[in-house]
Amino acid sequence: MTTRILIKNGRLIDPANNVDRVTDVLIEGDRVSHIGPVSACDAYLIKAAGKIISPGLIDLHVHFREPGDEEEETIASGSAAAVAGGFTSVVCMPNTSPSIDEATAVEFVHRMGRQARKTFIYVMGAITRERKGQELAEIGLMSQAGAIGFTDDGSGVQDASIMLKAMKYVSMFDRVICQHCQYNSLAGKGVMNAGYQSTVLGLPGIDPLAEEMMLWRDVQLVRKCNCKYHAQHLSTIGSVKIMREAKQMGLPVSCEVSPHHLLLTEDMCSDYDTNYKVNPPLRTKADIEALKQAVKEGVIDALATDHAPHLMSEKELEFLAAPFGIASLECALPLYIKALIEPGVIDWSNMLAMMTCRPAAVIGVDKGRLGVGDRADVTIIDPEAEWTIDANKFISKSRNCPYHGWKVKGKVLNTIVAGEIRYTAAS
Amino acid sequence: MDTTFQWRHKHLIGLAELSRQELEFILDTAKGFEEFSARSVKKAPTLRGKVVVNMFFEDSTRTRNSFTLAANRLSADVIEFTKTSSSVNKGETLIDTARNLEAMGVDIVVIRHSAGGAPKLLSRSINACVVNAGDGYHEHPTQALLDAYTIRQVRGSLDGLTVGIVGDIAHSRVARSNIYVLTKLGAKVIVVGPPTLMPGKIEQLGVRVSHNLDEVIEELDVINMLRIQFERLGGNMFPSVREYSHFFGLTVERVKRARPNILVMHPGPINRGVEIESEVADGPNSVILQQVSNGVAVRMAVLFLVNQAAALQGENKTGKSENQTN
Repeated sequence: MTTRILIKNGRLIDPANNVDRVTDVLIEGDRVSHIGPVSACDAYLIKAAGKIISPGLIDLHVHFREPGDEEEETIASGSAAAVAGGFTSVVCMPNTSPSIDEATAVEFVHRMGRQARKTFIYVMGAITRERKGQELAEIGLMSQAGAIGFTDDGSGVQDASIMLKAMKYVSMFDRVICQHCQYNSLAGKGVMNAGYQSTVLGLPGIDPLAEEMMLWRDVQLVRKCNCKYHAQHLSTIGSVKIMREAKQMGLPVSCEVSPHHLLLTEDMCSDYDTNYKVNPPLRTKADIEALKQAVKEGVIDALATDHAPHLMSEKELEFLAAPFGIASLECALPLYIKALIEPGVIDWSNMLAMMTCRPAAVIGVDKGRLGVGDRADVTIIDPEAEWTIDANKFISKSRNCPYHGWKVKGKVLNTIVAGEIRYTAAS
Repeated sequence: MDTTFQWRHKHLIGLAELSRQELEFILDTAKGFEEFSARSVKKAPTLRGKVVVNMFFEDSTRTRNSFTLAANRLSADVIEFTKTSSSVNKGETLIDTARNLEAMGVDIVVIRHSAGGAPKLLSRSINACVVNAGDGYHEHPTQALLDAYTIRQVRGSLDGLTVGIVGDIAHSRVARSNIYVLTKLGAKVIVVGPPTLMPGKIEQLGVRVSHNLDEVIEELDVINMLRIQFERLGGNMFPSVREYSHFFGLTVERVKRARPNILVMHPGPINRGVEIESEVADGPNSVILQQVSNGVAVRMAVLFLVNQAAALQGENKTGKSENQTN
C-alpha cells in the first residue's frame, strides 16, 4: 500500500509555478498527487495552518568531509543536519581527501547518501586531478556516474588556459562548471579581508580583487565558449558588478551567495575569533549592501550555505593557523530570513525561489517545484517561530558556528524527501 | 602620578585598547622602577613566589632578556620556554602548551609568537596573566611603551611632538603599537615607507602617510627607524637593499638636515648600513641604547601591574562579580 501524507491548510509557496495560496497538498508514494482542498482521507495528517509549504530546499554548496575528514562530518551526519535545516537536496563539494576526481569517488558519495537516507545527495566532481589545477580530471566518466557539475572549490583554477579547456570540455556533457573565484597570487597567505581590520589586527588580507579578477577572467572565457558557468559564494561589490554585466550580455552564467556574506563583516574578526574565519573572507557593510541589492535585482540565483564543518580543536588555533569555514546548514533558513525578508529586501516567494527552482536550474535537475506529479520533496516552515541558535544542539558533528546564541525567526518543522518524512522538529 | 588610579587589566595584549590615562599610568609606574634600578641592590620582593614563564615561539634576545631581568628584579621565578618552530598547527597546540604550564602554577605568561592574535587567544583560554611580547605584526606593546618612555624621559612630554616611523610599516608590530601610544599621548605621527610596505587604510589610525623621507625629515622631533625584516618579507617589496637605503635609510646627510635635537630611535636589532648608518646609530642624537635600558623598567612596571590586577580580581571573585578585563 502506498503511504499517503496530507498537508492541510498550509500556505503553499511554489515559485516555479507562481503559486502562493492557502491549500492542501496530498502526497501518495513519492509523488504529489493532489493540490487543493482534500476532505478527510486515510493519510498521515500534517496540520499546516499558518505554516509555509515549500518545495524541498536545495543547497548548492556543502562540505560533508567524507572521505578523509570523517571526524568533522560524514555524509550521514551532514545529511541528517541537512534535513534538520529543511534541505531535501544538497550538492557536495569535491575537496575531500582524496578529492572527488573520478567516477568511483562520485559513486561512493552517492552510495553513502543513499545509506544515510536523509537528504538527496548530489555530487560535484573536481575539474582537475587532485584539484591541483594542472590536468583535467575524468569529467566525462564522472558525468556518467552522476556528477551534476564540476568545481575545484576550496581554490580556483588558476591557469586561464586550463579553465578554458575545462569549460569547453564540460560543455560536451551539458554540465555546469563552477568556480571558487580567487587568484592565489593576489590572495597570498591572506586569512581575512584586506582592509582596515586586517591592518589593525596585523593579519594578512585577501584583497577583493583576488575574487573579482578571476570572476572577470572567467566571464571572458564564457564569452568565448558559451558554456554554463556558476560563480560560487560571491562576496564583493565588484563581483556583483561583473556578474550583473555578464547577465546583461546574455551569457549563461549564474551565481550564489552564502549567509555569512549577507550578515557578517570583517569587523567581527576583531577578537581573533576563528569562527569568523572563512574563505572568501567576510567583507564590509558596503559589500553586504551590494549583495543584497543583487539579490533584489535577481542577479544572484541561489542561496547556498557553504556549510564547512571543522573540529573545535582546529578552530581553537591561532587565527593564522585555523582552517577556513562556517557550519550553518541547520540554521541557514532563519539566517536568510534575517538577512533578506526581515529588512524587506525580497519576499518569501523570491527567497524560496532562490532555495528551490533557481538552484535546481543551475545544476539542471528536475526539482524545486511542487505541482501535481512532481516528486514529493517538501519543506514545511513555521515563519513566525522564534528560537535561539544553539550550536551545541547541532546534529552536524561540528560546532564552528558564529551564529551561536543568535535569536532568530523561522523554523523548519518537517522535511519530506521523496514522500518520506525524514525530519520532524521537536515541539 | 595619580595615586587614586586603579589599574584593572590582568593582561597586556595591546595598546589599542588602552586609554591615555592608562598609558601614562604605566609610564609613571615605570619611572618608579627606573629609579629603583639605579640602586646598588636591584631587587624588590614584589613578585616573590610568583612564576613568570617566557614563552617565546620566535627568536628574540633583547625582549626576552629584558623580560627575564625585569622578572628577576621583582624576585619572580622565571621559566624559559622556547619553541622556534612556527608549525603552530602541528603537534601540541598553543592552548594545550599554555594549559600545561599553567598546571605547574604559572602566574604570568609572557608570550612572543609569529601569529598575530596568539596572546589574545591565550588570554581567553587560561587564567594566568598574559603579557604580549610581540605577536606577528599585530602589536608589541612593551616596545612601544619603552619608546614612549624614552621620548618622555628626554623631552618631558610627547604633546605636540612630531614622530616619524620609517620602514616596513605593513609588517611591523612595533609601528602599530607606537602609533597607538604616541597619538594617544598627544604626538603627531608620520609613517614613512614605500607603498609596498604600507598597510591598507593605515591613515584611519590617525597618522599621516609619506613615501618621501626627505620631504618630511625637517618636521620631525623624533625618528624611529624600523628594522627591515628580511626574514619576513616575501617577494618584491622593494627592488634592492641599496635602493631602499637610498630612499629610506637614515644617513648622516639626512640627519644634518633634520632638527638639531632630533631623537634617533631604533627597536633593534640594527641592520647597520641598511636602514641606518653606523655614525647615526652611534651618534649624539641616538637614544637606541637608552631605549634598551628603559625596557627593563617598563617591563617591571607591566609585570607588577598585571599581577596586581590579577590579585585584585581574585579578591573580587570571592565577592560578587568577576571583573572582566581585556
